[in-house]
Amino acid sequence: MNADVASAAGREGGGLGRWVAGRLTNLAPLVTLLFLVLVFSLMAPSFATVDNLGNIMRQVSITAIIATGLTFVILTAEIDLSVASIANAVGIVVAYFTLQETYVNIANVPMPGAVAILFALLAAFALGTVNAVGVTIIGIPSFIMTLAMMQIGAGISAMLVRGQIAYAIPDPVRFLGSGMIGPFPSIVVVACLFLLIGHLVLTYTRFGRYVYMVGGNREAAEFSGVNVKLVIAAVMIISAMCCGVAGMLGVAYYGSAQQNEFDDYLLDSIAAVVVGGTSLFGGQGGIPNTILGLLVLGVLNNGLDHIDIDSFLKVLIRGLILLLALVINVYAQRLRNRAA
Amino acid sequence: MNVGNGTPILEMVGIGKRFGGVTALTGIDFHLRRGEVHGLVGENGAGKSTLMKIIAGVHHGYDGEMRIDGQPVHFRSARDALAAGIGMVHQELSIVPQLSVAENVFLGVQPTNGLGVVSWGRMKREAREHLQLLGIDIDPTRETGTLPIGMQQLIEIGRVLFSGARIVILDEPTSALSPPEVKHLFEVLGRLKAKGTTFVFISHFLEDILEVSDRVTVFRNSRKVATVDAASVDKAWVIEQMIGAGHHELADAMLGEIWLESPKDAPVVFSAKGLTRPRSFADVSFDVKAGEVVGLYGFMGSGQTELARALMGKSRLHGGTVSMDGQEIRLRSTADAKKAGIALVPESRRAMLFAHEPVYKNISISILERISRLLLKPAEERKIAQGHVDALRIRPFLVEPEVRKLSGGNQQKVALARWLTHLPRLLVLSEPTKGMDVGAKDDVVKIVKGLKEKGVAVVVASAEPETVLTMADRILVMRKGQIAQEFADRGVSKDQLLAAA
Ligand SMILES: Nc1ncnc2c1ncn2[C@@H]1O[C@H](COP(=O)(O)OP(=O)(O)OP(=O)(O)O)[C@@H](O)[C@H]1O
Ligand SMILES: [Mg+2]
Repeated sequence: MNADVASAAGREGGGLGRWVAGRLTNLAPLVTLLFLVLVFSLMAPSFATVDNLGNIMRQVSITAIIATGLTFVILTAEIDLSVASIANAVGIVVAYFTLQETYVNIANVPMPGAVAILFALLAAFALGTVNAVGVTIIGIPSFIMTLAMMQIGAGISAMLVRGQIAYAIPDPVRFLGSGMIGPFPSIVVVACLFLLIGHLVLTYTRFGRYVYMVGGNREAAEFSGVNVKLVIAAVMIISAMCCGVAGMLGVAYYGSAQQNEFDDYLLDSIAAVVVGGTSLFGGQGGIPNTILGLLVLGVLNNGLDHIDIDSFLKVLIRGLILLLALVINVYAQRLRNRAA
Repeated sequence: MNVGNGTPILEMVGIGKRFGGVTALTGIDFHLRRGEVHGLVGENGAGKSTLMKIIAGVHHGYDGEMRIDGQPVHFRSARDALAAGIGMVHQELSIVPQLSVAENVFLGVQPTNGLGVVSWGRMKREAREHLQLLGIDIDPTRETGTLPIGMQQLIEIGRVLFSGARIVILDEPTSALSPPEVKHLFEVLGRLKAKGTTFVFISHFLEDILEVSDRVTVFRNSRKVATVDAASVDKAWVIEQMIGAGHHELADAMLGEIWLESPKDAPVVFSAKGLTRPRSFADVSFDVKAGEVVGLYGFMGSGQTELARALMGKSRLHGGTVSMDGQEIRLRSTADAKKAGIALVPESRRAMLFAHEPVYKNISISILERISRLLLKPAEERKIAQGHVDALRIRPFLVEPEVRKLSGGNQQKVALARWLTHLPRLLVLSEPTKGMDVGAKDDVVKIVKGLKEKGVAVVVASAEPETVLTMADRILVMRKGQIAQEFADRGVSKDQLLAAA
């Protein structure tokens, strides 16, 4: 990322302690990751295998696509709580416009596959636009606005499937969500593409710079003539579009579209971004951090399944480790600010 | 008038401090006598704030020794220093804008009753009393962020002054204050000094320094060059020590009258009619011609800073019209204003700099859309930034350091540099020389002159008469949000300006 900045900061007096303080946001998740890999490898022989690595990659792919968009949002110091619910709604939309088996009783409107996909993407765009308008034009804090959107998304999902489960989806979606591209699961390839493009946009484009600057100091960005509202509107829409794609592929991945299918992804995607070291206060972090966060999360979720402990305890352990990572994020932020 | 000899209350021997490759302090010997006001002067980046931050426990990795009352001490944090009776008002405001005035005055040390519960009544009453001593009468329950920046500065000063500290360090406390407030502040200093408080006073206003200080120390380039009795020297001498060379014209320009003359037949670039914003300013009308510098002078809170913000589209106008080249424009956002060719350098550093970003990104932010459509061109950004850094002598002459690592005055220059690549039609400067040393102020005056020659219309809003007098071709004096008087094509002196405000 900002290697040049980092190295300039690294040389100031105070030696190792200061060097670590300046980088804690990046080092902490890396150390956590190595620690988890080590522990699970020692505790479960089935953990450190090539097969299992593939599992982990597949398991984090949907989160990765959502987290890509969410990274943009969090970098501007906003938040999007509607990610999981938009993913769910859009996944259901694409199924709604696909011809279902007769026993799926949802009075849907079958369309050709391309049209169904287009409608689904439009739905994602529309929901993102509503978020954007609420936050920028009306001025509702994103925390509240997207909380409302979370309900709206859930409502759309409920209305379209009416408690049923839909299975049929357009072929391209099925391919991308559950097919293989050469030796790789296509969903992993898509996730990598999203992360890569997200990284390139954030690092090498003017828009990416604006995202960082708006998050770094919104007032200063405004005084520099940056159209702050436009940037924030854009990140809300980008987030929704990523969720839309994740939702469709998720339906293919799980083989069905139903309500509450994505509920876990809200926590997971926020955790991935923040555990990776992207600041909740905006302006610092990026996709490389998100990738670290995804790996920490993926290894944690997968590793706990390989070791023999009470499955109810697992949830608690997961929560505690996430809490620890969040504490480090906030604390590292403070250290960095103080490393004057 | 030297008070209390005997052991110095604070003594520093051979202090050195480096930030990576940058040497901020070299072999400084410095001491404070009990009950003195010690003035500290030096160019931007000379090391003044750094030395004071060592005393206040902010920096703890340094060479040399510090003693208080003869006892060696090494503070690990600001809290340690506070416990030893040392309070510091930092150059950058640190008040919490969301909190009430009273909470800011007592930040961290709220008065409590026997049960440890904050006693709001007492807090409000005492906050009001303290601030009244500084000459401001204000509702202590108001949200601090809604007050003008000068008032916020006074609140911060009040917090430290009345914290009971034995040694009070004031790092450019008057940079946002207008003469009456400064006078009040000095009276309070005098009173506390009589009770035995010791002060360090940093300022680029050399008259002020010479007026309040008992002794003055001059810094140049990370070294101490002299400590003298204030009564034994004059301003010219101090400047010479500071910059180590002959003396600048700016220094004595203020003594007599300045002749104002605005360009006669230049076209009007910008015109404002009946601008109104409740509680800030009302019915303000003026024109600015190409190559003309209009000074907006007024005491703190007279509305000139709010007006400057409104011109940039940062705060909404509730009435009136603005036009560029005769075309009416609408200022709904800063992006609108920028598109119309208006640029603003606001008075608050916090509001205009990206502290954690390198210098070059801070400079290029306003021209990104000109140098890149889609992809960034960092090499070009650095090149442009380096040009400004060299031209404005922004120390340490590098474009990579994060802006927060620059000294206060150099940060200010970065904010100005942002608008010098592609010139705006109208440049609004709010307190442009705040925190700048004599040489840097000269530089800004020169920059503004250069802009004039290129036909830029400039508005300089300030509560500091010198700033307006040295730069403006025409001066509008604001009082209580309205234009009270205009000085055009005539001689004007500082006294006349003060009388009109
Ligand atoms: N945290 C930091 N990291 C790196 N360099 C720093 C840091 N703080 C100060 N410096 C450098 O140390 C030098 C002295 O800075 P200092 O803030 O003490 O100057 P100053 O005399 O207070 O100037 P001004 O009048 O502009 O406030 C400058 O070159 C500055 O860039
Ligand atoms: Mg300073």
